[in-house]
Parts: sequence; C-alpha cells; structure tokens
Amino acid sequence: MTVRKNQAQLTSTEKRRFVDALLELKRTGQYDTFVTTHNAFIMSDTDSGDRVGHRSPSFLPWHRRFLIQFEQQLQAVDPDVALPYWDWTADRTAASSLWAADFLGGTGRSRDGQVMDGPFSAASGSWPVNVGVDGRTYLRRALGAGGRQLPTRAETDSVLAMSTYDAPPWNSASDGFRNHLEGWRGVNLHNRVHVWVGGQMATGVSPNDPVFWLHHAFIDRLWAQWQARHPGSPYLPAAGTPDVVDLRDTMRPWNDVTPADMLDHTRHYTYDAAA
Amino acid sequence: MPELTRRRALGAAAGAAAALAVAGTAAAAAARKEHTAADPASFDEVYKGRRIQGTPSHGGGHHGGHGGGYSVHIDGEELHVMRNADGTWISVVNHYEPFATPRAVARAAVAELQGADLVPLVTV
Repeated sequence: MTVRKNQAQLTSTEKRRFVDALLELKRTGQYDTFVTTHNAFIMSDTDSGDRVGHRSPSFLPWHRRFLIQFEQQLQAVDPDVALPYWDWTADRTAASSLWAADFLGGTGRSRDGQVMDGPFSAASGSWPVNVGVDGRTYLRRALGAGGRQLPTRAETDSVLAMSTYDAPPWNSASDGFRNHLEGWRGVNLHNRVHVWVGGQMATGVSPNDPVFWLHHAFIDRLWAQWQARHPGSPYLPAAGTPDVVDLRDTMRPWNDVTPADMLDHTRHYTYDAAA
Repeated sequence: MPELTRRRALGAAAGAAAALAVAGTAAAAAARKEHTAADPASFDEVYKGRRIQGTPSHGGGHHGGHGGGYSVHIDGEELHVMRNADGTWISVVNHYEPFATPRAVARAAVAELQGADLVPLVTV
C-alpha cells in the first residue's frame, strides 16, 4: 500500500529514489504529458463555462485523480516511491530541507530566476522545460519574493472549519471550503503557495516544477482532514448542474472516474499520520 | 500511460475549447447589445521596453472566448488572459494571482517574462 509521507521526514534514500524516478519520467517524455494536460485544463476552465480541473467543485477530485495517475507512473519506474507532501504551514522558508541541493534545489538567482542547484537545475542537463509559455527552457523560482508569506496553520485551520464543501455559483466566486482552499476567496491557501514559489509554479505550466506534486499532495491531505472533521458534509453539487461536475458525473480527460469515486483516498494510498 | 494519452487529453481540451467558443460568441452578441458596457477599454503602450496592447475581441481571434471577449498582446504575440467572476483578470504567466485590469495583467506578464518572448499558444 502506498503511504504518502511528509517530505520533511524522508530519508536521504527516499529522496534520492523519488528524484531518480522523476528524472526517468522526464527522460522518457511521460512527465511532460502531465504538464501539457494541466495547462490545457487551466486554460479552458472558465467561471462562466465548462470547468473541471480548477475554479470548480471538481478541483479536489480532479487533482486527486491526476496525482494518483502521476504516482502510478513513478511507481512503474520504482515501486517503492510514493508522492511526499509539503506542509507549507510548517516548512515555510527557503531554508527548509525541501529546497536543499539533495532534494528539489533552491530558489532562482536574481538575474533571471534560474534555479542553479539541485537535480532540476539547467546545469544538471536532466530537466529541460519543454512545455512552456515563453522561450525560457530552464526551471525558475523566486521563493517568497517581495516578502510574500506562506499560509499559516491558523489560516489553514480557519478554512478547514468551513462545513459546506462548495456553493453556487460553483466557481471562483463561491463561498465554502473548496474555493477558500483553492484560494480565489478569503485567506487564500492553494493559489498563494503557487505565487510564493514563483517561476513556472506561478503559471499555467506549473507542473514543470516538481514541487507541484508535493504542494498538491498537501492540498489533497487537507481535503482528507476536512472530511474527517465534517463527516456529514457531502461533495456538492449532487446532480443536474450545467458546466459543473456533479457527484456522479465523469471527469475529463479520463471519462471513467467521478468525484464519488475519489472521495475515499484510502482505496489508493494512506498518509503517514492519520488525516 | 494507458488512460491519459496526450491525444485524449488534448482532444478533450479541444472539445472544451470548441464549446467555449460557441458560448463566447453568444456572450459577445449579448455584450454588443449592451454596448459592451462591461468591457475594459483598449490600451496600447510601451511598458519596460515592450509593446503591450489590449482590446475587446468579440468572437475574434482563436481565443476570443476565454478572456470574456478581450485579447492582450505583448510585442504582437497573444497572451492568454481570463476574466474571473469578480471582474479580476489572470494570464497564463500569472495564473494564480488576480489583477484588477487587463493592463495590469499585461504589465505583470512583462515583469514575469524578464525579456523572454511568449511562445504561440498551443492548446490542440
């Protein structure tokens, strides 16, 4: 059974094997298909039209399925690898071991934002950015640029306390847990972390930075924690909602999985500590 | 990758884009009747050495539907922009941070690009 661990608790061997599996998916071209898919959805999901991956109730089950698929690809390379999660309420600075040279590498240099150390630096030769929105082919970051702050534990708890999953109009204007977690409204959790990292993570091609998976694994864990706190609160909407994925509607691009299928993460993996 | 092939993923996205184009056309027609009161004005300026332009583009352009009928260009290359329900704007290079106006999102993109050229939008 796959156990997803806090990145801060990984052994050096676990880090190395995770990195090696990422590099292998990159080498074979499989990695970039995930970047392409994410960008296609983020550009087509709109508040006033069809929306599946973002700014909609299915933000959480869509990314859960997306991460499971990515994790399965990693495990096809190395069966012992699982996605770690980054608890950015605890590991909140660029000095975190997450950003050390033996794991994801650090922030970008000031001149051009280029990441200069770690396995994903351009100098390593193993991490070309092929699916980009501009001509730059090197990984970039600007961790905490401009004095930006990651969400605090108290801010995160305030969102976990919201008992309603989602609400009309089921988009970036909604009240409820999903949109506050996604960050279009309120204290801003998920969106703010993308902006804090900067570089490709702030763009539609954000999975170019491997931290994308660790960020979303933590968002996914927060969803599980929310479910544990609010066992009587269902996924919403239930049925018959135009442009929106209802509980038992299938989600693109898979077309064979529904939000209902994604509600219980323990069918696919568990976390190192009880959610 | 047995389930998520590139072809299927992009085909699905293309289907969504086609549906949005239809919706965008209807929205554009409705907006024209109201003299486009909700649309921001056009702009054209040089910002940090780069020409940024924005203009309402009802039904025009291959991405007319996404930005609610407004297109933005940097040095002549289209910047994918999107309007949020609350009237704020994002672009493909600042996709998680809303800005008040299309001009602000274009300026933010110039800062983010640090002189790099946009690559043409490819969604299919």
